Amino acid sequence: MTKTPLIEIKNLTKEYDGDIILKGIDLTIHEDEFVTLLGPSGCGKTTLLRIIGGFDTPTSGEVVFKGKDLIQIPSYKREINTVFQKYALFPHLNVFDNIAFGLRMKKVPESEITERVNRMLKMIKLTDFANRRIDSLSGGQQQRIAIARALVNRPKVLLLDEPLGALDLKLRQDMQYELKEIQREMGITFIFVTHDQEEALTMSDTIVVLNDGLIQQIGTPVDIYNEPRNRFVANFIGESNIVDAVMIEDYKVKFEGHVFECVDRGYNPNEAVEVVIRPEDLQIVDKEKGAFTGVVDSVIFKGVHYEIIVMVEGREYIVHSTQSAEVGSVVGMIVAPADIHVMEVGI
Amino acid sequence: MHESTKRLSYPYIVWISIIIIIPMLLIFLYSLIDPSDGNPMAFRLTIDNYVKFFSPIYISTLARSLWIAVWSTLACLLLGYPLAWVIAQCHPKKQSSLLLLFIMPMWINMLLRTYAWISILGKNGILNNILEFFHLAPVDIMYTDFAIILGMVYNFLPFMVLPIHTAIAKVDKNLIDAARDLGANNRQVFSKVVFPLTLPGIITGVIMVFLPAVSTFVIPQLLGGGQFMMIGNLIEKQFLLTGNWYFGSALSMILMIFILLSIWLMKRFDSDGQAGGALPW
Repeated sequence: MTKTPLIEIKNLTKEYDGDIILKGIDLTIHEDEFVTLLGPSGCGKTTLLRIIGGFDTPTSGEVVFKGKDLIQIPSYKREINTVFQKYALFPHLNVFDNIAFGLRMKKVPESEITERVNRMLKMIKLTDFANRRIDSLSGGQQQRIAIARALVNRPKVLLLDEPLGALDLKLRQDMQYELKEIQREMGITFIFVTHDQEEALTMSDTIVVLNDGLIQQIGTPVDIYNEPRNRFVANFIGESNIVDAVMIEDYKVKFEGHVFECVDRGYNPNEAVEVVIRPEDLQIVDKEKGAFTGVVDSVIFKGVHYEIIVMVEGREYIVHSTQSAEVGSVVGMIVAPADIHVMEVGI
Repeated sequence: MHESTKRLSYPYIVWISIIIIIPMLLIFLYSLIDPSDGNPMAFRLTIDNYVKFFSPIYISTLARSLWIAVWSTLACLLLGYPLAWVIAQCHPKKQSSLLLLFIMPMWINMLLRTYAWISILGKNGILNNILEFFHLAPVDIMYTDFAIILGMVYNFLPFMVLPIHTAIAKVDKNLIDAARDLGANNRQVFSKVVFPLTLPGIITGVIMVFLPAVSTFVIPQLLGGGQFMMIGNLIEKQFLLTGNWYFGSALSMILMIFILLSIWLMKRFDSDGQAGGALPW
C-alpha cells in the first residue's frame, strides 16, 4: 500500500505564558491512517491536536494540509472535525439537531440532512433517540453522538481528544473496536490522542510517543512495543526490565556477566547500551540451565500469569510466567536473542 | 423533605404571610370596596373601581407605562448584552472588579442619582453648558420620554448585566470550539450557540428590568416632570393626594395582572423553564 501524505508538520513549536509546550515537532500523517498521539498528561499531545484543529496557533513552524498552509485557514473552513474530550454536545439541541449542526452550517438541503443524519444514527445504533435531550443520555451514548456529529460532515481528518477517557472499562473496549471499524469503513484519517498505552496499541496504525514537547518515537504498535527507542518509551509502553549492558560487537551484548546473542547491530565495539527485556520474554529455568541466576523475591497471581520478582545482585527483574516459582529459591533465567532489545543510553 | 428541615422554613412562612400575602389580600379587598360610601367598615362590595379604570385616560396611562418600560428594557438589553460579553471575556480577577464598578452606583440612593440627572439634563445643566462651550444649540431633553428612558436605563442596567454575565460565563468554551469546528462562523456561533444558551439569562434580565420600569413613579416624576402620568404616578396619586385607596388598590391589581401576563409571555421564549435561577418561579 502506497501512502499519500495528508498532513505534514514541520518544526512546530508552541510557547504559552513562557512555558514551551511543543519543542519542535516533525510529523507526517498519511491518508486513511489511524495515528495515535500517546504520552503522559502535559506532554503536549492535546496542544498539537488543537493546532491541527485550528483552536490554537503555533508559535513557529508549519502545518501543511494537502499542500496548503493550514494555519492560515480558520477552523470553520477546515476539512477537519473534532471529537472533544468532554464531547461538547450542544445542550440546547436534541440528538438529531446536534448531529445535523455541521450540515446546517453548510446549508445542505434539509432532505439530504435528514437522510445523512438518520444514516449516522443507524450506524451508532441510536435511531430511536433522535428527539431525545442530550442530558438524558448516558456517557457512552453521548460519546457516540459526538462521533456521529463529526463524521456526518465526511471530514478528511477526524481528531479525537481522549474521547474514551470518561467511559468505564468494558464500554471503552467496545468503543475501541467500534472506532477502528468506523475508521476502516469510512476511510478517514484518525488522529487520536490518549495517555492509555493499551488503547494506543489496540487501535493504531501508527503510534507517536510524545514526552515533554518532543516526539520520542514514531512507529507501528509492534515496533513501539518490541523496539522501544529509549528508556521513556520502554517504560511508558508496557512493563519492562531495563538493564545496563555493553555491546561487545554486532549481534553480541553482555549483561549480568554473560554474553548474549542478539539481533541488534551498528553500535561501536564495547559501547555502553541499555537492554530492554519484556517480562513475558524472560523464562525461568533450573539454575544450572540459566544464563544467569537470581533469588525469587515474590510471586503474585495475576489471573492469566504469575508476576514473579527475581533479585539478581540487588537488581530487580519482573518475570511474567504461567508457571509459579517458590519464593526464596534460586532460579536460572534465559531469554531468546530476538527478545533482547538494545537501545542507546539516556535519550 | 425531612421534618427538621421543614421546620427551618417556618420563620419564612410567617414572614411572607405578614409582609406579602396579608397585605396583598387587603389590597384586593380594598379594590372591591365602594368608595362613594365614605365608610369602608360598611364593606359594600363593588367592581366599580375596576370599571372606572376602563376609561380612555387610564388605559392610555397604562399603555404609556408599558410602552416606556418596553423601550427602557430594550435599551438595557442592547447596551447590557455586549457589555456583559466584554466583561465575561476578561481575566477572572478583572471581571470581579468590573462587576463591582457596575454595582457600586447602586449603593447610592436612587433618588439622589436621579436628581443628578436633572442637573445634567436641565436647561442650564451640564450637558447644555458643554454644548454652549462648543457653540452648539442647546437641547431640551428634560421632561421628555427620552429623559425618562435615560433615567431608567441608568438605574436598571445592572439588573440586566448581572444575570446575562452569569449566563455567558457559564457557557462552556468547548461548545464554541465545537461550533467553529463544525463550520460555524462568528455570527453563526453567536446566533446558534451562544444566544440560545444565554437566553435564560436574558429573560431573567428582561424581567428584572421590566418589572421596576413599568411600576416606578420616582423617575417619571423627576425626569418627566410629572406632566405625563405613568401608572406608577397614578397609583401614588390615589394613595397620597386623592386619598382614593380603593381605586389605587384596583389599579395596583390591574398592574399586577399585566406584569404577570408579561412575565408569562416572556417565559414562553424559554422552552426549558429554567430562567437563570435568579427568580424563584
